[in-house]
Amino acid sequence: MTEKSRYLEGVEKKDLFAHGHRACGGCGQALAARLVHDAAGENTIACVATGCLEVFSSPYPDPSWRIPFLHSLFENSAAVASGVEAAYKALGKGPVNIIAQGGDGSTADIGFQSISGMFERGHNVLYVCYDNEAYMNTGVQRSSFTPYGARTTTTPTGNRTRKKNLPMIAADHGIPYVATATVDDFRDLQQKVKKALSIEGPKYIHILAPCPLGWGHHGELTVQVCRLAKDTGLFPIFEIVDGKLTNVRKIPVKVPVEEYLKLQGRFKHLFKRGVPAKEVAEIQEIANENIERFNL
Amino acid sequence: MLKQIEGSHAVAEVVSYCRPNVISAYPITPQTHIVEELASIVGRGDLDAEFVNVESEFSAASVVLGASAAGARAYTATTSQGLMLMSEVIYCIAGMRLPIVLTCANRAISAPLSIWNDQQDSMAVRDAGWIQLHAEDNQEASDLHIQAFKIAEQTFLPTMVCMDGFILTHAFEPVDIPEQKEVDAFLPAFKPKHIVDPRWPRGIGLFADPRFYMETRYILHRALEKSQEVIKEVSADFAKVFGRESGGFIKTYKLKEADLVIVSMGSVVGTIKELIDKLEEEGKKVGLLQICSYRPFPRKEVYNALKDKTNITVLEKCISLGRGGILASDIRWSFPRAEKKERNISSFVAGLGGRNISIDDLRYMVEKVEKEPVEFGFLGLRKELIAEKDM
Ligand SMILES: Cc1ncc(C[n+]2csc(CCOP(=O)(O)OP(=O)(O)O)c2C)c(N)n1
Ligand code: SF4
Ligand SMILES: [Mg+2]
Repeated sequence: MTEKSRYLEGVEKKDLFAHGHRACGGCGQALAARLVHDAAGENTIACVATGCLEVFSSPYPDPSWRIPFLHSLFENSAAVASGVEAAYKALGKGPVNIIAQGGDGSTADIGFQSISGMFERGHNVLYVCYDNEAYMNTGVQRSSFTPYGARTTTTPTGNRTRKKNLPMIAADHGIPYVATATVDDFRDLQQKVKKALSIEGPKYIHILAPCPLGWGHHGELTVQVCRLAKDTGLFPIFEIVDGKLTNVRKIPVKVPVEEYLKLQGRFKHLFKRGVPAKEVAEIQEIANENIERFNL
Repeated sequence: MLKQIEGSHAVAEVVSYCRPNVISAYPITPQTHIVEELASIVGRGDLDAEFVNVESEFSAASVVLGASAAGARAYTATTSQGLMLMSEVIYCIAGMRLPIVLTCANRAISAPLSIWNDQQDSMAVRDAGWIQLHAEDNQEASDLHIQAFKIAEQTFLPTMVCMDGFILTHAFEPVDIPEQKEVDAFLPAFKPKHIVDPRWPRGIGLFADPRFYMETRYILHRALEKSQEVIKEVSADFAKVFGRESGGFIKTYKLKEADLVIVSMGSVVGTIKELIDKLEEEGKKVGLLQICSYRPFPRKEVYNALKDKTNITVLEKCISLGRGGILASDIRWSFPRAEKKERNISSFVAGLGGRNISIDDLRYMVEKVEKEPVEFGFLGLRKELIAEKDM
């Protein structure tokens, strides 16, 4: 078995989110959307928020979706999905997989209230957040998921706040399933989607989806960037099932954050003449805290 | 069956007979009694529907959007700040051609905060692509809901039934409430056109670049214009089946002989009719033109009703700040350009934020415009509260 075929073993490939979309090369979100929906299968309704995914996949008259796709606004995909679910219940239709989804901005900022409402009401909906750590569709502005130190067009000297911790907030709603994933591990991501969809009630999967354009890395490095995000401890991989933290991915060999940061243009200003700025130590501190908190 | 009943409860009962599959709403005065009553109807099992208690009006509108896109008959109710919060979704619902029915318990908009009635809220979304029907009393409010579902589902246009907050929603009046089987016979089951369903995968809510966007707006505009036929048909049908006139485009009262016509909409027409009767006894011929369908605007009907009239005054509970009367502009637009000069069309704003419109206020208006037309004015303003510099 070649390395590639081992890598792809057991990975569902149905092209339900088909080629022909207009994402940038190496877009983590496009890859994530494909993996999510191929894992979910044909019997799925995608409720998508405004953002890069929607824009690169749903221009009239040629959308890239082979499953039903519903988009209305930027901040309401969770509420729209709640309505779809209510309709299916009321009409006695289904079962069907309903996947509400959006970028970090629509999930953690403007749509935060609507997602909290969906969780709290207990709708049988999976919410997937494609986290590329900024508002990419409007040209890389800061969101509450933008990491400390990162440069965006609205944080030109580097972001001064830490990332909002939505997986924990989701879990604190008492929902039965929360997981994090990245696009470098196809199998893990798809297993989490399948597991989530097998559970009744609201579910949340948070996917780190690197954006070559906004992060300033080469498109072919998207998978490697994900790996480093995990191996530095900056993006912990875990599941929270019925409130209990499980399946925490152990880091095989811990990597200093510098290696992750140096691959990306958005952190370039932290390494003037190759010397790490004091922010780098702060970012290492964040990674260390994660390592300790999740026992990575 | 004739019942002495609160307006909100009458509406809730009638809505339940329309068998919505999904109801979602957020509480706001004076809409609350409608949704509370619906919740209890669903709660006691008299209506088989999903009642989704959301965290905001924005989500209420989004829930009914999703439900309608999945093929459900969906209903919501709101007012004022709630409608403002919904407004982004309101536009979207129309653009997506989802035949949702919404009750607007008309109320003023902040600031200052006011829970009392005027019609600024529904006016603020008049251009969104919804059909807007205005009720005169609680009988009409109930009847219009039955018609609204039928009109919406035939035209694939969302439909808003506007009823004055408190004045109607909280008033106890006798209302003839039809039976379930009568409503069933009048209102067929909803047959959606495009739905999200894995059996027929399709995209709903795609984005349109400049090659396509404008046509969608043209088609929506034409759909609203064409819905006039359906509104007419449904209200005529309703009259045949239920034996009373409700809805339609316009209604008139003692218009034929009138030397002066008052144009208005909503519950204030009750007081206007009272004044008309009084003035008749005094030998003055005043008539009423009442707008029921505000959107689509019945331009032709308005013109036909007013073409022989020279003296017209428009009374409305809303204002385009910095401009003037909104309904008045619509009325002025209803005449061909050449005919405008020969007419005196006065415009008055009244009753904002629940200010009572008394019969004396109306009499004052009539006497004033009899002397000379008023381009634009406020009626019932307490001038003593306004500093000289603010006048
Ligand atoms: C109410 C509203 N505000 C702002 C926008 C503009 N807008 C569209 S997409 C977007 C950013 C999307 O960011 P995110 O959700 O992170 O998705 P991404 O594009 O990064 O995948 C913004 C600000 C909008 N469409 N609607
Ligand atoms: S800007 Fe980023 S998120 Fe958007 S399509 Fe390009 S790579 Fe993907
Ligand atoms: Mg983003």
